[in-house]
Amino acid sequence: MRTISFDGVIVGGGGAGMRAALQLAQSGYKTAVISKVFPTRSHTVSAQGGITCAIASADPDDDWRWHMYDTVKGSDYIGDQDAIEYMCSVGPEAIFELEHMGLPFSRTEEGRIYQRPFGGQSKNFGEGGQAARTCAAADRTGHALLHTLYQNNIKNETVFFNEWFAVDLVKNQDDAVVGVIAICIETGETVYVKSKATVFATGGAGRIYASTTNAHINTGDGMGMALRAGVPAQDMEMWQFHPTGIYGAGTLVTEGCRGEGGYLVNKDGERFMERYAPNAKDLAGRDVVARSMVLEILEGRGCGPNGDHVKLKLDHLGEEVLESRLPGICELSRTFAHVDPVKEPIPVVPTCHYMMGGIPTNVHGQALTVDVQGNDAVIPGLYACGEVACVSVHGANRLGGNSLLDLVVFGRASGLFIEKSLREGIELRDASQTDIEAAGARLQALNTREQGEQVAPLRHELQEIMQNHFGVFRTGEFMREGIAKLVDLRERVENVALADRSSAFNTSRIECLELQNLFETAEATAVVAEARDESRGAHAREDFTERDDENWLCHSLYHSEDKQVSKRSVNFTPQTVETFQPKARTY
Amino acid sequence: MLQVSLYRYNPETDEAPYMQDFSVDTSGRDLMVLDVLELIKADYDGSVTYRRSCREGVCGSDGLNMNGKNGLACITPLSEAVKGGKLVIRPLPGLPVIRDLVVDMSLFYAQYEKVQPYLQNPTPAPAIERLQSPEERAQLDGLYECILCACCSTSCPSFWWNPDRFVGPAGLLQAYRFLADSRDTATEDRLSKLDDPFSVFRCHGIQNCVNVCPKGLNPTKAIGHIRTMLLNRAT
Repeated sequence: MRTISFDGVIVGGGGAGMRAALQLAQSGYKTAVISKVFPTRSHTVSAQGGITCAIASADPDDDWRWHMYDTVKGSDYIGDQDAIEYMCSVGPEAIFELEHMGLPFSRTEEGRIYQRPFGGQSKNFGEGGQAARTCAAADRTGHALLHTLYQNNIKNETVFFNEWFAVDLVKNQDDAVVGVIAICIETGETVYVKSKATVFATGGAGRIYASTTNAHINTGDGMGMALRAGVPAQDMEMWQFHPTGIYGAGTLVTEGCRGEGGYLVNKDGERFMERYAPNAKDLAGRDVVARSMVLEILEGRGCGPNGDHVKLKLDHLGEEVLESRLPGICELSRTFAHVDPVKEPIPVVPTCHYMMGGIPTNVHGQALTVDVQGNDAVIPGLYACGEVACVSVHGANRLGGNSLLDLVVFGRASGLFIEKSLREGIELRDASQTDIEAAGARLQALNTREQGEQVAPLRHELQEIMQNHFGVFRTGEFMREGIAKLVDLRERVENVALADRSSAFNTSRIECLELQNLFETAEATAVVAEARDESRGAHAREDFTERDDENWLCHSLYHSEDKQVSKRSVNFTPQTVETFQPKARTY
Repeated sequence: MLQVSLYRYNPETDEAPYMQDFSVDTSGRDLMVLDVLELIKADYDGSVTYRRSCREGVCGSDGLNMNGKNGLACITPLSEAVKGGKLVIRPLPGLPVIRDLVVDMSLFYAQYEKVQPYLQNPTPAPAIERLQSPEERAQLDGLYECILCACCSTSCPSFWWNPDRFVGPAGLLQAYRFLADSRDTATEDRLSKLDDPFSVFRCHGIQNCVNVCPKGLNPTKAIGHIRTMLLNRAT
């Protein structure tokens, strides 16, 4: 197997990966991005509504501390306050950098970046009413951001391995991460990509569910690789169901629709969020809105012949606002719902959208595990940022517009930290031939296996289990049934058969490897969801309906080797502001 | 049952490309073409190869030629694509085929990179954003939305003839996106790099690009603006 060496290797060419790569490439270090798709095809491209940050454009008095307060509250108090403080305070600088790079933000009359209201936003620590803090490029902010980052990576001559797929982590005798095994999809060649710093920016895994806003490519590749390498996963029970996925298709309709004045109605035409969240109404936290929608449906007030969805009303905003502020939504709605939002409301239903959990990291992107004493310990050589990471700024529920900020701020922070570390000198022992072969074992087994089931039906089965047993509302008994089904499924997924053994652009091989990553992610989700016997943020238990701060004001950690769950403390010590104490979360 | 004819080619086993017919059970639904490909791959032949990612028309992975017209498989419904009960799916024309529906886009990307598709402005940036009026920003509408799917350039006869020298509609759309940006100061340099008989002037206004763009963009119009800028510069 050929070896290629770099100072820093970033796995994933979405927003987080390209922001980290840009930082490293600008510093002159030999940097490579491994991306299984051409970078602008990454899922960041689908982000619509915007990037939340207190840049004080819409409101000159806006304050990043208010954004921090909202984010802590939105997280249902298990977001780490040091990390949230870092994200919200550094955010404006990171946004202005993007603008200077050319990101075509929409503008105010004063020529500043346009900001719109999003859910869970407030002024003056929840006392000053709705804020407008989400910076937008129409409703194509993710597209604008991703293309801008790719363009600036071209400018800085980052090395891209496009349509290469990272298979597994390579660890040396000291358990330090020293690169990955990767396949060139076009030729089928497998190489060892050696690196002093390996950054996972592999995104989410929404495809563990049957109904998701996520792209086909969101298969939890980083989670799979991490869990197989014995890295713990944090808060994996916390999955965001976005209130407005288009009914039937699953494609996303931005929260910005409600930010611009749209609202949800049931079959009676009632604006039902007024009952569930009298103040914020349709702009309450996403978990709150999604649950309210499901309750409306369960109580018989859903729309359509089966009463299984609600509707998002936008027509009252007028054609001009819709075509200028939400042009992409109009397009998506016409294509996938066969509805023109200028005239009729869009049928919507809560749809799996975002993985709040992930690889635990500190604010520098360094991946963490726990040592024998139970203390945090850095995993040498491994970093994570963006959706695959759990730093944790989202806790139990992410606020709209905070994912793009997360990936820019922590992609940048990872790059800055690695740059500093490389300057100071990183000494990791080389992987032995045995270490490299161990990392290639899964691929080798897949390539040589003669018998087994096909990938598509197995994937379908996995997605149905997750959809049915680990959805918006969860109960212990039903989840235990789901876990039993997963136990049965594991061996079959491990033994998936490769029908097509050719080398050139073999997407069947990639799909098999992706399925195994999906499975690892799903299993971690299932086990931890069953263990957390309380309701918090996106994790809503019908058998434990209350938040239990005495036992669960903490992160969960899932350990793949023995499938056990442990607890990890939440950080309550920001450096420049007072701690935000947990209180009842109402909107 | 839907009759689908697929372009197949595996460089390891096939001496030449061929068309393979599938009779696909769509249960009468008006699926997107991508859904049909997913059905074929899952239920009929796992070796069928194509690119896909977002499945909602924003990532640009699945540009294909469907019954003779370029478009994105994920947002092209059968009701629009199927003619005479049949659907013929081929790779985007004019680029080398790697396998089945997957083409080698290197030339396409090289033309994109050639126009220096990034903002250039050497003046020190302010502590906040560079200001831009809504009117100035509106100049970028219809330009920045490009998803690099290559439907336009691979439908362009001029690009088929000179893919190495004619920048092509997608690249030129991006060239104009930066020429039109009030924050960019490299106008003169950008124009001088385009000022030759091939880069821009091989566009003959055929407008296939406009006809196929899945995002409703108009590269011909942008190319017209660049021509005008080049001609004004010459006088």
